[in-house]
Amino acid sequence: MTSTPDADVRVAAALPAATEPRRRRRADDSAGPLTYVVLTVTALLFLFPFYYSLVAASHSPSDLYDGTPPLLPGPQIFENMRLALEQADLVAALGRSLVVSLAVTATTVFFCTLAGFAFAKSRFRGRNALFGITVATLTIPPTLSIIPLYVVMTRLGLVNNLMSVILPGAVTAFGVFFMRQYISQALPDELVEAARVDGASMHRTVFSVVFPLARPGMAVLGILSFMAAWNDFLWPFIVVRQSPTIQVAVAGIGAGYTPDISVILAGTVLATVPLLVVTAIFGRQIVGGITAGAVKG
Amino acid sequence: MAAHAPTTTTAEPRGAGRPPTRTPPDEAARRSRREGRAFRRAPYVYVAPFFLLFGAFGLFPLVYTVWISFQEYRLGGGDPEFVGWDNYVWLFGSPSFYNSLWKTLTIGLISTVPQLLMALGLAHLLNYDMRVRAFFRVSMIVPYATSLVAATLVFASIFANTPGGLMNVVLGMVGIDPINWTNGNWTAQIAIATIVTWHWTGYNALIYLAGMQSIPKDLYEAASIDGAGRFRQFLHVTIPGLRPTILFTIVLSTIGATQLFTEPFLFGNGAEGGALGQYQVLTLYMYNIGFEIGRLGRAAAIACVTLVIVVALVLLNTGLAHLRTRDKSQPLLRRRRGASSKKVSR
Repeated sequence: MTSTPDADVRVAAALPAATEPRRRRRADDSAGPLTYVVLTVTALLFLFPFYYSLVAASHSPSDLYDGTPPLLPGPQIFENMRLALEQADLVAALGRSLVVSLAVTATTVFFCTLAGFAFAKSRFRGRNALFGITVATLTIPPTLSIIPLYVVMTRLGLVNNLMSVILPGAVTAFGVFFMRQYISQALPDELVEAARVDGASMHRTVFSVVFPLARPGMAVLGILSFMAAWNDFLWPFIVVRQSPTIQVAVAGIGAGYTPDISVILAGTVLATVPLLVVTAIFGRQIVGGITAGAVKG
Repeated sequence: MAAHAPTTTTAEPRGAGRPPTRTPPDEAARRSRREGRAFRRAPYVYVAPFFLLFGAFGLFPLVYTVWISFQEYRLGGGDPEFVGWDNYVWLFGSPSFYNSLWKTLTIGLISTVPQLLMALGLAHLLNYDMRVRAFFRVSMIVPYATSLVAATLVFASIFANTPGGLMNVVLGMVGIDPINWTNGNWTAQIAIATIVTWHWTGYNALIYLAGMQSIPKDLYEAASIDGAGRFRQFLHVTIPGLRPTILFTIVLSTIGATQLFTEPFLFGNGAEGGALGQYQVLTLYMYNIGFEIGRLGRAAAIACVTLVIVVALVLLNTGLAHLRTRDKSQPLLRRRRGASSKKVSR
């Protein structure tokens, strides 16, 4: 890292000992106790709703409404989960969500990597126009397409069929953008050229060179796609109400005429635990994905 | 196109270089021509599946929304019927529409502004060297990884008006009378904005953190030599260096604010957006008109107007940013770009 000439002159003029600013920077860089306190409090605030949903889900409703909310887990968690399962077929819903999320993840990662590779490493007529369209649609909220999509799905006879959720999520403009960025950094042009010179066909190049080298980026895109598909609510709520995904099913528990918060929250615990496990395992990759996506800014 | 020249030239010498007596030259040429065609076609083969799916379920619906917005189109009803601008005339005469515009704006502001300010502060803290850094960073994404359905249901119970509502109990401990979170005008909006803020603050903090890490350290050294303390460094080095990132998060949050649905829908469990419509935001209104009242044409008109608003806001944001980068801080920005381009990103 080279410093700007401007800064160099100032350093030379102001400081005879060249090592001094470095030491000072190091002291400046490490966190003080206040930083730890603020970050710990923030982390607790971020985690608290989970804790509270566990607590509330493990008490009887009357415990929740007697004026002093419990702050420690109670004995009722399994009873409340049983009641939640009685009100909505959460097991089937979990299964549907798993099918949808895995399908969407597979197609997004595969097709977006292929397109991202083409945009990153080969030139073809219309490339800039096609990529321009893709990037331009990044800013258009998908929510605005639900009405025409619903009409389309009705015509195709796919309402209450999981395909109606999988198809619109099968590829994303973000995925192509993300994989293009990743591949142009992670895959040297020389490697693609070398594979070609060695006589590998384009498809062979993709499977033996591009996919192995792009795997970390594909993993991040996969996790983000899985999370988005798992957590999606509005579109599944409209189109698969009769065979709900987990979010739709959980939202439906509360729709009864006596909404019973501890049972609802027992349902949310069931719906959230799988993703919390994913987050705990892949936390670093998710952080990496969010920050890599931000570099485009 | 230029990239294909080498592929055909590398293929041809190989065929031509072989003993011409053994291989019939036209066979080799045919093979290399076939290979060349395959290479030239390949990029299209690779982008085709994406554009087929994206075109069908991403681009086509956008155009189709516009068409539907000019039709009288009823949910489960008969064939659509062209009605010209009727849906728009109805929309601009509807008080609920103006209410939802206003509520989208107010909830957007009270969720976005504190959220981005807190995210900036958190990113600054996360940028220090510290122990358990990974834990703090992962804790930032936990809310983002949670489904909005689960988050809204938990927060709805925390903000409940019933005697055990946690928020009111906590406020009671510091001597504040119970607040009507579900039915009040501003209070309900604040409750919903709280959910949004909880969900997105950590996400934005990580984006800012990535931006901060690309600011060259020498700028801070120069500033500290000039006698700037931590706070002034933050103000005069970090903030100007983060300007493109800040713009990016503002654009994202603006788009997010116009898409708000799950939080207001499940907070009060209905598409009316509260007893007074106090949190009936645009998307909720669109859903209500389209899928509960069953007027898809009118709902499509709402979607089109929302789209115009989104595009206008994004252009406004980027336009403002361009105006502001023309001021005196530009040399600093230029310096930053020059320095960071030399560095390979991690």
